[in-house]
Amino acid sequence: MNGIIGKKLGMTSLYNADGKRVACTVIEAGPCVVTQVKSESKDGYKAVQIAFGDKKEKHTNSAEKGHFAKANTTGKREVIEFRDADNANIGDVIDVTMFEAGEFVDVVGTSKGKGFQGVVKRHGFAGVGESTHGQHNRLRAPGSIGACSFPARVFKGIRMAGRTGGTRVKTQNLEILKVDTEKNLLVIKGAIPGHNGATVIIER
Amino acid sequence: MNSIVNSVTSEQLRTDLPDFKAGDRITVHYKIKEGNKERIQQFQGDVIQRRNAGINEMFTVRKISNGVGVERIFPLHSPFIDKIEVNRKGKVRRARIFYLRNQIGKAARIKELRS
Repeated sequence: MNGIIGKKLGMTSLYNADGKRVACTVIEAGPCVVTQVKSESKDGYKAVQIAFGDKKEKHTNSAEKGHFAKANTTGKREVIEFRDADNANIGDVIDVTMFEAGEFVDVVGTSKGKGFQGVVKRHGFAGVGESTHGQHNRLRAPGSIGACSFPARVFKGIRMAGRTGGTRVKTQNLEILKVDTEKNLLVIKGAIPGHNGATVIIER
Repeated sequence: MNSIVNSVTSEQLRTDLPDFKAGDRITVHYKIKEGNKERIQQFQGDVIQRRNAGINEMFTVRKISNGVGVERIFPLHSPFIDKIEVNRKGKVRRARIFYLRNQIGKAARIKELRS
């Protein structure tokens, strides 16, 4: 398998072998159950579907119940597919033992929603450099968004203010500092997308 | 903070250090690495604050060196701290005694706590 589903618990720090304090994120990862194995011949592509996190029976509809029953498990909250994964059979349990400390992984999550933001926060525009010398209310303004009577319109794709955050973000090459197989915890160096309690995907 | 998150750091927390708080005069024996060599430097002064909690806890030590006030911030659970000696317990009314920075000479003294 090349990934696992987890829940971001929060951030803390640890002292490394050099005695330096390193910021890290704690993730509760797995155990996940393989609920479906998709094949080239039947589904048109190869993939492994895994599920994580229990949910109440009253929140599981009958279609889901039937699907999970095939893997001999109860209702799960999150169901995610990994393309081109192999060595998995339906009903297999995947847990943090697949990772080792020192390994590098990518983490996928939904970034924190920031609401409607201007171009300085959203796209990293510099804004107007000075707040004096005749500047009035243009400090965080975007500046020009196009030319004059030609083309007489604003080109598509011009970066402007708008909804920020709340999108799928992948943070790459994060080192695993610690693996706790007893509590199913992964401690990853640095920050990962999303708020505490959010579902994240840890990919190899 | 989440108790599971804290449990990750529990084995790195120092339990060998003495109890001290703002107003106490302490000596911090701090390991300093120079190339491959390691030596121990001492820093004696009054604790003027302890901040943050858990593994991120820091404390600030202030001393007057050659007439100039010097403050140093140490991470409490750092492996570089060799040991901490409590030389004197101070009697202060607040947890952050920043008013010491504005006082000179005799006024900058802290009363000793007698139990």
